[in-house]
Amino acid sequence: MKFGVVIFPGSNCDHDMIYVLKNIMKQEVVKLWHKDTDLQNVDFVILPGGFSFGDYLRSGAIARFSPIMIEVIEFAKKGGYVFGVCNGFQILCEAGLLPGALLHNNNQKFICKNIYIKSETNNSILTSSLEKDKVLKIPIAHGEGRYFADEKTMNDLLSNEQILFSYCNEKGEKDLISNPNGSINNIAGICNSTRNVFGMMPHPERAADEEIGNIDGKLIFQSILQNCLQNKM
Amino acid sequence: MKSSISEPEVTLEIAQKLGLIPEEFEKIKEILGRTPNYTELSVYSVMWSEHCSYKNSIMWLKTLPKDGPHMLAKAGEENAGLVDIGDGIGCCFKIESHNHPSALEPYQGAATGVGGINRDIFTMGARPIAQLNSLRFGNIETDRTKWLLKGVVKGIGDYGNAFGVPVVGGEIYFDDCYNTNPLVNAMSAGIVKEGNTVSATSYGVGNPVFIVGSSTGKDGIHGATFASEDITESSADKIPAVQVGDPFQEKLLLEASLEVAKTSTIIGMQDMGAAGITCSTSEMSAKGEHGMIIHLDKVPLRQQNMLPFEILLSESQERMLIVVKKGRESEVQKIFDKWDLNCVQIGEVTDDKRLKYYMNGQLVADVPAESLVLGGGAPIYKREYKEPDYFAKSKDFSIDNIKQPTNLKEVFNHLISHPSICSKKWVIEQYDSMVGTKNMSTNKPSDAAVVNIKGTNKAIVLTTDCNSRYVHANPEIGCEIAVAEAARNIVCSGGEPSAITNCLNFGNPYSPEVYWQFVGSIKGMGNACRKFNTPVTGGNVSFYNQTSIDGKVEPVFPTPVIGMLGVMPDKKTQTTLNFKKEGDIIYLIGKSKNDISCSEYLYSYHKVKLSPPPCFDLNEEFEMQETIKHLIFSNIISSAHDVSDGGLLVALFESAMYNGLGANISSDDSIRKDAFLFGESQSRVIVSVSPEMQDDFIEILATSETEFSLLGEVNGEEIIVDGESFGKINDIKNIYDNVISKIMEKN
Repeated sequence: MKFGVVIFPGSNCDHDMIYVLKNIMKQEVVKLWHKDTDLQNVDFVILPGGFSFGDYLRSGAIARFSPIMIEVIEFAKKGGYVFGVCNGFQILCEAGLLPGALLHNNNQKFICKNIYIKSETNNSILTSSLEKDKVLKIPIAHGEGRYFADEKTMNDLLSNEQILFSYCNEKGEKDLISNPNGSINNIAGICNSTRNVFGMMPHPERAADEEIGNIDGKLIFQSILQNCLQNKM
Repeated sequence: MKSSISEPEVTLEIAQKLGLIPEEFEKIKEILGRTPNYTELSVYSVMWSEHCSYKNSIMWLKTLPKDGPHMLAKAGEENAGLVDIGDGIGCCFKIESHNHPSALEPYQGAATGVGGINRDIFTMGARPIAQLNSLRFGNIETDRTKWLLKGVVKGIGDYGNAFGVPVVGGEIYFDDCYNTNPLVNAMSAGIVKEGNTVSATSYGVGNPVFIVGSSTGKDGIHGATFASEDITESSADKIPAVQVGDPFQEKLLLEASLEVAKTSTIIGMQDMGAAGITCSTSEMSAKGEHGMIIHLDKVPLRQQNMLPFEILLSESQERMLIVVKKGRESEVQKIFDKWDLNCVQIGEVTDDKRLKYYMNGQLVADVPAESLVLGGGAPIYKREYKEPDYFAKSKDFSIDNIKQPTNLKEVFNHLISHPSICSKKWVIEQYDSMVGTKNMSTNKPSDAAVVNIKGTNKAIVLTTDCNSRYVHANPEIGCEIAVAEAARNIVCSGGEPSAITNCLNFGNPYSPEVYWQFVGSIKGMGNACRKFNTPVTGGNVSFYNQTSIDGKVEPVFPTPVIGMLGVMPDKKTQTTLNFKKEGDIIYLIGKSKNDISCSEYLYSYHKVKLSPPPCFDLNEEFEMQETIKHLIFSNIISSAHDVSDGGLLVALFESAMYNGLGANISSDDSIRKDAFLFGESQSRVIVSVSPEMQDDFIEILATSETEFSLLGEVNGEEIIVDGESFGKINDIKNIYDNVISKIMEKN
């Protein structure tokens, strides 16, 4: 598969994402500079983490105006796969490709640590190959990761099974303590209603390399590959 | 030469206001053959400030060992030391202080400290891959310390997190001696492919000189001078001397600089930190033995009506000076355009070795480059020193005068609740410790941070260490211990010590007692670095870390922080500090001693403030580390953790807590139990060994010079000593993890 990783000024997880896709998952990867207007025929677009444009106004608020985003939005509307991690998730919400918003963590601090998530549905290419109720240890690193959506949006998310991941404890129980940032319903990741645009705050690319001692995130990439290859056939 | 732009008339009084002493003013007149104008005087005042010139320290720094088998750039040659780690890769690393700005404006002070040290690394063409911070604060219960801690941590976090380099390690201590003057030392390490390094030099007549990155404003003017004086009650007036950081600009500058470094378009590059344009133009010119013409009116400004001296001295962040090969300008310009950064030619290289600064066509300063810099015309002083009174008094200490407490559990609780010993989770979780996906210690804790060099078998191992209480007690031995502990941490993690950088935080060098501490520390550092074959690759001296309030002068403890780089030739030797499974046998490598001297236990539980440093012998330490290496490289031990602050019981708990495994041990009845549990005598490591490896373990120890003893085994959920429980691991961990958050979050 051919992945395109978008690089905004201030992206800082782009190298990590490319490393995982190319060196660990053995996929073809191209870098898409934010000023580009050509997606180079990629099958799958990833918006990586970081601090695009310094996140000075509000996370993701400026990046969505980059020239490449016109193409990304077009691509998504045609059914193309787009996946945003952390800052990428924030950008997708700002661009209107995903519902809801990401607010300042409820403790008003940046938080970086390993947390646990579990998938809420197997009805998505990110989660369908995961074992049911499988708890994944994946790091978070964000200051604005508190997912929020209004009541109507929440109802839609729930009824359409758009919630992909929730924060939980090591045993898979969703509780207040295991919610690191105050996200509504412990939400860690979602997809759009047509199930081709995905966003999550935790960083699966930081948990995909044996050498750093945690490969739970690799399962998500494996799920993507298995499903996309199937869909292609 | 007289500048017609309205600036003060230059007199000795003005020179003294800028921090120059009468002899220095005379020397400037002698160099120029005339009285300098105000712009020139300002240039000399910053370049000859302690911060830039090292005038009171360089004599002693030169005694430190610089040579090692792997040195690519030695101390003083470039912006940071460069060590060959093999596979055609160099590692560039350095530590630097930002104490004075952080004392006034903790958020920006710490943030710009992070920015500055990372620029030192990428200006050499290396990509920073890991950061560490060594921090010292006063009493954490005071409002001032809480304000400082909050601001410093947020400043380091906000800058480093956005910049995208993980914080992989460091240390934090709390002691009253830092109440006014905290220490904020930031370290960064980067890697560069052989052949891609960039030098801070300038040559080739007619080559254009470019300024790139942020615009220049009035921030940080005379910052280097400010960093070279005591903090006083009027220091708050100097807030304009503190710079303001923009990590987003720094990130762009990083990417653009590294792109340029890979081309063959440039002669040299230097970041602008202390003393801004002045420092970069003079150091690059002096190194390349050329001169420069600089047009200050061409410098992109963010404020109007800046005077020439303000443009020259501005310490606005996120800027670089680049000397480009003539004819290659457009290639460089294209890269900076891509990243939307300023890239403006402001001058050119000349052959007369003079720096000529112009403003709107008018010459405003004309000075020989060489006369400004360390190693050239900058002054060098030999300072008097004298043993302070407290030193003799500390020798009166005897363990026999200290009554052993009946309740040792209470002592243990006191220690694990001590802010210097407890978990620093509240701080660390505010830093991105994982970006870059190279931090091998996130999921595998060890005494030093292990950082992956992807695509090779290697990792680098990093640590910062200094117990300033020991250095205060005896600067020479204390600083030997600081180096030894750094090496021990690297060895216990499975690495080989390679080289050090240092950040020397002391009081006022004009105080003979302070200078005595400085001299002793340098001697100790030299002794230990020669023993471990770890050359000193560079670093930073920060004097004037003391406070004069109502005329009373209080220097901080002498704090020579050691930042050590180790190399792990094979990642398989990575060794963690946590116990692995029930039934593993726990040994102490090294010898328990009847020693509580200078321990946290003696200092904060018994409140005995003066005692000699803990037992330490450099040769014994070296042998002990060789034994640990032998055990690790033979794959015999399951964990290794050194005994340091708080003593053996704290170290045992730290090994136990990660997997919630308990430990059952016996003490040594030939020494006092408090000394056994809480003493801080050096050269000791707690290891665990699986039963099947025990014979091999004994065999290696039997043939080594190092003493060892059986402590007990990994067992249950409690810490048990001689049959007596010191608590359940999870209960202790709950206290240990939350000490700082409880203090910081209570309102």
